[in-house]
This record gives sequence, C-alpha cells and structure tokens, in this order.
Amino acid sequence: MNICDPEILQDLGYRKLILQIGRGSVEPKPLLGSDFTREVYRFKDSIAGDIQNSTLVISHAGAGSCLETLEAGKPLIVVINEKLMNNHQLELAKQLHLEGHLVYCTCSTLYETLQKLDFRSLKPFPPGHPEKFSAFLDKVLGFQ
Amino acid sequence: MVRNWYTVHWIPRSREVGQSWTSSVVSTIYSLLYSVPLVFQLKPGVVLCNGPGTCVPLCISALMLRILGMKKVLIIYIESICRVETLSLSGKILYNLSDYFFVQWSALQKKYPKAIYLGRLV
Repeated sequence: MNICDPEILQDLGYRKLILQIGRGSVEPKPLLGSDFTREVYRFKDSIAGDIQNSTLVISHAGAGSCLETLEAGKPLIVVINEKLMNNHQLELAKQLHLEGHLVYCTCSTLYETLQKLDFRSLKPFPPGHPEKFSAFLDKVLGFQ
Repeated sequence: MVRNWYTVHWIPRSREVGQSWTSSVVSTIYSLLYSVPLVFQLKPGVVLCNGPGTCVPLCISALMLRILGMKKVLIIYIESICRVETLSLSGKILYNLSDYFFVQWSALQKKYPKAIYLGRLV
C-alpha cells in the first residue's frame, strides 16, 4: 500500500501531492498529469507557501511542523514513527490530538486514517499569546 | 543614525540531543569557560532563555555575577511548548535557580507549583 500512489490518492479525492522528503532514502518520482500531480523536493527555505495552498497536511510529530500547520488553519495528520517512541516531541502531538486539533496515526494506519478522515471533527487552533508574556515582563522590569 | 539595539555573541553548545552523560558534563564545562567571561563582560540585567541546554552555563554565570554582588541579574526561563507533561533537563536544573519560570501547559504547572502559567505563549 503506497500512499504516494496517484490512484490511491485520487480515490480519496485528492488531485495533487507535494512531498518534502528531507534526507529520506525513498525518492518518489515527480508526476505531471491532467488528473494528478506529484511534486517532490528535499528542502525549501520555507514550506509556508505549500502549507497555505494545501487542503491537508501529513507530517511527523515535530513541534515546528505541527504548530506551523495548525496556525495556518490547515487540517493535520501526524504520523508517529514507531521506532522513535521515546521522542519527547510526541507529548505535544498527543496533547494537540487530545484537544481535537489534529489526527494521530502510525505509518501502518495512515491509509485507514485518510479514508475515515472527517475535516469537520477537527477543532480550530487558537493562537498563542506572546503579549501576555511581554505584559508580565514589562511589569516585572518596571516598564509600565 | 542607526542605533544598535543588540549584539550577537557565540558560545559553544553545551550538549547535542541524545549526547551521553559524561561527555555532556565535559561539553557543558567547556561552554561555561566561554559563558563566564561573556556574562561578566556584558553584565546583563536580565537573562531570558527558552530551553536549550546551552542556556544553563549562561544562567550559572549570571548567578555567579549575582552571588559576587556585581550585578542584580534576573533569570527568566520559558519552558518549551513541547513540554506538556515533563520538564526538559534544562528546566529541571533551572526550576529552582531562576527568578521566574514559565510553563506553557497547565498540567506542568500543577506538577511544578512555583512555575507561572499564562497559557500558550507561542
């Protein structure tokens, strides 16, 4: 079951797949067709544009990836690497899942997750409040 | 005329992710050898840090500055947003050494009552 397969994704209703593969050893070929497009790259200075243009983001549990996607208001599926179970970054993905902001699965359950995905079940992610910290700091340092 | 609002200084990293204990002690001491002269030269009023191990030698240097009566330094630590249920190693070390210690999830504030919780800052 290869999730990057155009037929599988088209069946699920998707027409385009963008893959950011980092230093991965698997390198799917780009495809350019009228029904389906697959783009592949290793790194970009910023993936904000790709996130902004997406309907769905599938990512690892990295805090940066999760927060960037959720702040852009995009549905997010986090895939856990079962071999890295002690990674503390899972704490954040787990918490965000518990709060209903993202969906959580493993590589082996990804296809099933995609089939059952209901975007409406995901709750919008409220922004953080850095101004609360700066207000605190202003008070403590006497800059009011 | 442009005012310089900041300067940038480099110190060696205290510890790489997953680095072993014994080598971490060595690399932290190495980092301390840079941090102490730097902090004593800059004499900061506030040290504001957000979690990586490299902030520990800087905070220790700031504490030394304070203990020696050379400057009243405030040490403020903000734990990473990734820390929902457990503190990072830097957090555990600085929980009792900092003046203000922030966590970004309420479960942590319950475990560490001296911590300040203002919700998610990020």
